[in-house]
Amino acid sequence: MKKKNYQMPTKLKYLLLTSFLMLNLFIANAQDSTRVAEKPDMTEVTLGSETAGVMDQAPEMADLMRSNGKIYVVVAVVLTILIGIFLYLIRLDKKISRLEKEK
Amino acid sequence: MRRNWWKILCIILLLYTCWAGFLGGVPAKPILNETIRNLYFHVSMWFSMMIFFTISLVNAIRYLANPQVQRFDILSTEYAKTGIIFGVLGLITGAIWANYTWGKPWSNDPKQLGAAIALLIYFAYLVLRNSIEDPEKKARVSAVYNIFAFALLFPTLWIVPRLMESLHPGGMGNPAMNPNDIDSRMRIIFWPAAVPGWTLLGVWITSLKIRWKTLEEKKLSNAH
Repeated sequence: MKKKNYQMPTKLKYLLLTSFLMLNLFIANAQDSTRVAEKPDMTEVTLGSETAGVMDQAPEMADLMRSNGKIYVVVAVVLTILIGIFLYLIRLDKKISRLEKEK
Repeated sequence: MRRNWWKILCIILLLYTCWAGFLGGVPAKPILNETIRNLYFHVSMWFSMMIFFTISLVNAIRYLANPQVQRFDILSTEYAKTGIIFGVLGLITGAIWANYTWGKPWSNDPKQLGAAIALLIYFAYLVLRNSIEDPEKKARVSAVYNIFAFALLFPTLWIVPRLMESLHPGGMGNPAMNPNDIDSRMRIIFWPAAVPGWTLLGVWITSLKIRWKTLEEKKLSNAH
């Protein structure tokens, strides 16, 4: 029994780790495209004389998560829910497998 | 891992469906607008439901042919239950979609009524099953009823909706979809990813329930 109690947390840790890695992937992707999108904006700042006009433009051009009517936000939410359900299913699957092995 | 490849496939297909389903190109249609993307989710529910009900029917017949094999009864019941869940989700998502395209969630459309009747018949399957105490009688009666319930899917989902005027797309040969409404950009997500993805998810959930039920039955038989 002790051995089994020890196995549980390691699997949990592994699952939590993978989920965090996946979330990080999302954020990293979004930031990468932000940087790419920001660069042309910065040149516009130096070229344009009025900063106010650039300020109006900058937020819209800046990041992926706000473009296309913010559809990417919905995609991120749906994918997060899906990944959550998958992780839950994988855990259930492993728990039942362990029960089957006990018999 | 070798036995679990289809679970990985399910995860990949559904992630692709939800990614490409929102970001991929779709034909611009009046009234529908972006809601045409519901095809990947709402319509997939019905396809999956029919697949689960078919698996349930096959196992009901297998049980009646071999009443000593209890596993067929478990398979039949659990697939019927998953089918019911997917059907209810299909009906609810259909009502949400209808609210914004047809004007109201429920317009007593022949397709809505047919789907609701079909689901009520399957609800009765669960009621009937739970009302019989004797396990063998329960399995036999519910297997016979399962065949009856599946037979009623023909008029309620496949025949009557084709014959009657409906707000729902399709008709005249196809009960649910008008093939001209979607283009190749949508087909490449719907057929290879959305339908098999959601179906595999349901199969995965059902397989877990079957394994749990089998364990429970083993425990019961060991206790006696």
